[in-house]
Order: sequence, then C-alpha cells, then structure tokens
Amino acid sequence: MLDILLARLQQGHRTIAYPSEEPTLPDRFRGLPVVNSSKCPDECRSCAEACPTDAIRIDDSGLRLDLGRCLFCTDCMEACPEEAIHYTTEYRLATRTRDHLVFDGRLLERAAALDETSRRLFGHSLKLRQVSAAGCNACEADLNVLSTVVFDLSRFGIQFVASPRHADGIVITGPVSENMRTALLATYAAVPAPKLVIAVGACAISGGPYRDNPEVHNGCGSLLPVDLFIPGCPPHPLTILDGLLRLLGRLEGQSQPDQPARRQNA
Amino acid sequence: MSNRTDFAAIRNGEAVPLGQVPEMPFTDFRRSIVDGVAAGQRISALFGDTSAGSDNVDLFAVLADSTQPALGVGRTRLDGDNFLSLTPDCIQAHLFERELAEQFGVHPDGHPWFKPVRFHSSYRLGHDAWGRRPGEVPIIGVTDYYRVEGEEIHEVAVGPVHAGVIEPGHFRFQCYGEQVFHLEISLGYQHRGAERTLVGGPHKRTIHTVETVAGDTSIGHATAYCQAVEALAGCDLPRRAEVLRGIALELERLANHSGDLGALAGDVGFLPTASFCGRLRGDFLNLTALICGSRFGRGLVRPGGVAFDVDATRAHLALERLEAAFRDVKNAAELLFNSASVQARFENTGTVSRETAIALGLVGPAARACGLPRDVRHEFPAGRFRFSRPPLATAPDGDVFARANVRWQEIQNSVSFIRDELAAISISDEALVAAAGPLQPNHLVVSLIEGWRGEVCHVALTDAHGRFSRYKIVDPSFHNWMGLAVALRDQQISDFPLCNKSFNLSYCGHDL
Repeated sequence: MLDILLARLQQGHRTIAYPSEEPTLPDRFRGLPVVNSSKCPDECRSCAEACPTDAIRIDDSGLRLDLGRCLFCTDCMEACPEEAIHYTTEYRLATRTRDHLVFDGRLLERAAALDETSRRLFGHSLKLRQVSAAGCNACEADLNVLSTVVFDLSRFGIQFVASPRHADGIVITGPVSENMRTALLATYAAVPAPKLVIAVGACAISGGPYRDNPEVHNGCGSLLPVDLFIPGCPPHPLTILDGLLRLLGRLEGQSQPDQPARRQNA
Repeated sequence: MSNRTDFAAIRNGEAVPLGQVPEMPFTDFRRSIVDGVAAGQRISALFGDTSAGSDNVDLFAVLADSTQPALGVGRTRLDGDNFLSLTPDCIQAHLFERELAEQFGVHPDGHPWFKPVRFHSSYRLGHDAWGRRPGEVPIIGVTDYYRVEGEEIHEVAVGPVHAGVIEPGHFRFQCYGEQVFHLEISLGYQHRGAERTLVGGPHKRTIHTVETVAGDTSIGHATAYCQAVEALAGCDLPRRAEVLRGIALELERLANHSGDLGALAGDVGFLPTASFCGRLRGDFLNLTALICGSRFGRGLVRPGGVAFDVDATRAHLALERLEAAFRDVKNAAELLFNSASVQARFENTGTVSRETAIALGLVGPAARACGLPRDVRHEFPAGRFRFSRPPLATAPDGDVFARANVRWQEIQNSVSFIRDELAAISISDEALVAAAGPLQPNHLVVSLIEGWRGEVCHVALTDAHGRFSRYKIVDPSFHNWMGLAVALRDQQISDFPLCNKSFNLSYCGHDL
C-alpha cells in the first residue's frame, strides 16, 4: 500500500489545464493548413495531382482543400513550387457540416453548439458508444487516450459506454467497410433518440486512404446523419476534445463561429 | 538445410529476379514446406498470384528459420483449382490456405476447418472455393461455427461491436459453466481491400495505405514497405535515415508495450499501473510526434529515407523526455510486478505451450513468451539492426505473466537502445533521403521488420514495367490470432479480456 502511495506521488498530477489554458502541441504537428491561392502559378495543378486523396480542387475561385479528405501528410506542400500551402499547429478543426470542411484558406466555420434543447439534454452528461467500422486503430487509440488522466474526459461529463442502449450517440471511425455496415446501423438503431452521430477521422468522413475501394462506403455520411465532423488522420486528441466541447457549447466565448488566426480577405 | 534444397535462399530486403525463385511441381513445393516446418522453420508467407496471366494460380511461399541467415522462397503453379491441403501435415498453413481459397477460388482438399477469412468474393471471376455463383456475395459472419454438444454446454457469442473503444471482431465461446472448452474467432469486419489496392503501384496513395494497414504499427509497416521499394530500386539508405528509422520503430514498441502493461493491469483491477501507463503510452507517442509531428509516426518513413531530421537540440530534448517517461514506466511496472495479487492473476493464465507456439507459427512477444528466440532484429537483421540491436527478450512459461514480462524486458531494452542511438546521431549532418528510382522489373523482394507485435512481412512482385503485380502483407496478427484462441482453452471465460490484452492483436492488420 505504501508503495502505491509513493508511486502515486512520483507519477504526479498529469491532467492538462485545457481548456482554461491553451495547450502546447509539438512544433511539427500538422493542423489547419494555410492556403494562399494568390501565389498559384497559372494552370498549376501540382498540389492537386500530388494529393493522395484528391482533397484539393482548383477552379476560378482558387484553391480549396477538403479537410474531410485531408490526411495532413504535406504531399501537396512538397509538390507546390510557390509555397502556397503550409500547415500550422492550429488543432481546432471540427465542423458541424460536411461543406464547412471544404476550406478555401479564409474562414473555417468551426462547429457551433447544439440547439438549446439538445444542450439541456447532453450539455452536462454525454454518453457515447464508439463503433470502429474498419478504422486502423489510430483514431480509436486517440479516442481511448481521452479517457486517460491526461485529458480526463469525464471531468466534462463525457464518457464512452459499453452499450448503445446507455448511449446518447455514436462516434464512428473508419471508412465503413461493407462488412461493418450492418453492425454499424444496428448499433445506431439501438441508441435511444434523440441521438448524435460524430465522425472522427478522414476515413469516417470521406473514406480517407481507402476512398473508392469497392470494399468500403467512403465513410458514414451516406448511411447516417452526422452531427459533428472531426478531421485528421488521425485527429489529435485535442482536436477531438475541442470538437466535443464545441458541440456541447462548453468552450468560453464560443457563441460565434471562431475566426482562424491568419485569415485573409475577410 | 537439407530439407530446403528446393527453395532458393534470399536475404531479408534483397530483391531477386523472379526467374531465380525456383518453380517446382506442387508435390515438391508442398513437401518442402511440410518438411521444412517439421525441421523447425516457420511459414512467413504463403500466397497466391495470378499476375503471370495463366489460367492457373501461382503459389509463393517464404520460409523463415531462426538458425539460418537467409529466407527460403519457392513457387509452384497449381494444376486446376484443387490442391492437397498442407494443413493436416502443417497446422500453421491453415489460415494461409483459407486466405488463398478466398482470394483465388482454389480449394485445399482435406483442410480440416475450411471457412472464409474475410468474407469477400473471389478475385478470380467464376472460381469460388465454396461453389458460390458469380454475384452471390458472402455475408460477413455467416459460416459454420464449431459447437460443443452436451446438456450443460452453452455458447457465448460476442461482437462484432465490443464494449470498449476497440476494433470489431466476432468471438464464440463454447463453455461448460465458467470454463471455456473452445474459442472460435471469426474476423473480416475490417476488410478494406488494402492489399488489392497496392497492385499497379507504387502510386501516390501507396505509402498512406501502408501506414494505415494497422494504424498502431504505422512505422513497422511503412518501414517494411520502404525496405522493399528500396531493394527493388537498388537504393542505398543513408546511415542517418537508418538510425532514425530504428529509433522510430523502438518508440512505437515502447508506446504500445507501455500501453499494454497498463491495459493488463486494468484487466486485473490493479488501477495504479493502469492509470499511470495510460498516460505514459501517450508520452512515448508524443516523443514520436516530437520527431515528425504525428503521434503515430505518419509521414516519417518514406522510400529512400526519412522525411524529418533530428538535430542535436531535438535529440537532447527527446533524450530528456525519454528518461522522464522511462523513470515513470519503471516505477509503474515495478509496482505491477511486485504486487502479489497481480502475480496470482497473471501466472498460469492463458498458457500456450512451447510446442503449440511452434506448431501454430506464433511470432513476436507471444512467441518469445513461450521461450522461442523469434525476433527479426536478431534472425534477419536489416537496416540499423545489422549493427546495433536491443537484446533478445524471452520468457519460458507461455502465460499472461510471460507475455507481460517479455514486454517489460523489451521496454527496458528499447529505452537503452534509443538512448545510445540518439546520442550517436546528434553529431552528424548526413543526408536523410537517397533517391529511390524506378523499380526493377520482374523481381521479387521479401521485407521483414520486427514490429511491436512481431514479424511484419511484405512480399512485393514487380511486372515487366516495374509496377507491383502482387503485393502481399502478412501482419503478425495473422499468425497469432489462433494463439489467443488456444490460450483460452480450459480458462474461465471471465479471463478472456486479460488473455486478449496479453496478445493485443490487430483486427485491421489481419483483415487488410
């Protein structure tokens, strides 16, 4: 017993101060990209061609990067002759609609809070059932980590539960393999209404690196109504936590959609 | 070895012209494998291929032998869609043959438990090992399961969706009260077509597919892939890149092994270590992120080298954090192993005998916990491990305690390895990437890496244009799932989570 107490003392208090303090991310972390179409040479499509998931569209209105497909791999950045794209350590990326993930470098409309009725229901107690539908265990691992002492998810009243019957919603990872379709839909059906659907990671949002393989459904969007999109491959735990807290309206000064730090042409 | 005279000897990460892979009649091919395994070799890969354009399926086999520096490769062309199953004479062929049947519609006659692996249609239209008509799609989980009969026998079916935040799979227990007579594991829910999509590559998505074959083994699989590509391209890896890859691979091991110790502690209700290790796993992941920005090492390992450098300042910072994390892991692990109640629960639980481990062809910590010296870093060292490697860690008893013990030894070994490597790189300014040109046409390469779960095996074949005509991935989980099933025999069903955690296998790595 004494050993345990001494060990407890050595291990120390490890829960991060977030959200009351801004977290620090690794300097090489790849978060929200900065896109500057004005640098693009005429007819240049290098980035779009290099992108492994075809996340980049270039048309008359410039370059748009679909964060729902983006693997944050920097293949586009390396292909660009003019440094028109680079990645920042901005980790706050979650949105409420699929369209909002299509990023033009100006404004990322981050997730707005649920309506008042839903917030009253879920705002202080949100139980989630996780379904991995062909996820590679990276998104799953960084969801799991939220329950460790570092993030201490339960201090926000959020918890992963064992049964969909006990849940207020499901968190989906993976591109949704055909072999998991039935189990995913059955799990969703088993959650009592009203219920939420949260898509975590490029695979769950768009199919990720498995997009258009006949074995998968390109994410859960065509099968279920998604309330929150959390992009990344995998998303950083803080990106997930930020998204969840935004959805519940639990972040200070969140009432208006946030503006990105380096916005242009507002 | 005399039993392997028919097979050609090649080294790990050595590309050879396809013509040098000896083609032999099926009976010789079968005998070489059966005799080789009987003499102590293991099957690293056994797979089909139709890229030669024949109406018949070619089979390739890769045999590994801990006592030999080279691997054995051979091939045969099947005569028709039936062949004599190897499994009755060589148990570890069982899942390879089921996979072969499912992918190519060939039938291993006499296979004792002939069932689908991933529940997908045959890749050869009109050839189906289960006699399904074209368009008749298999339904996941629908197969004949084993059933123990008797008045007081009951069946417990779990999954595909489990209670935790974990990948899906289906488990069926045949129980007599609390006692498990048999566990059958039926997977395939995670099948994404990963392997098939690599054919025709390398293309822009290839490395990203490989990094997500098993997301917790991104470094292991990416390194196996890059090693294969570099061999095919005749590219010499800069020494600095080799060192950084070695560090990244051991960091991946540290993170996962630490997490596993915590999870094992949690499953016996020993909460202090469960809580400490949950955090420490993240600290090791963050060390990988310090190097490349991604906690899982995404974007670090690239054909020809690595994409991120570690300068003296970063190496110093990494070393500091490594020591801090290790100090706390040591504290958490010692607490775990010195607790009598933990020992009582770990010892004699989920035991796999040495003989069973050999017969099933187990790899990685699960094999080393049965006293088998199977570790690619020692048996078939490539890259940095030719010059420097953590010592081999084994334990004799084959139970949960042994598997936990091997992990704890490996944590200590990897920390001391990384410590030395970080100190060595900080004074150099070598290149990070060597140009990896086009791949040699009509070649074969076998690339093995000791991932944290065990042997990661990639086999690449190129066509006349230097594109992949076949790409085979064998995740260590493919070998080891049967080990878990066997470990559960005569155990209490309530010990399933503990046994499962002690193997901690990949679903998506198996399902591909």
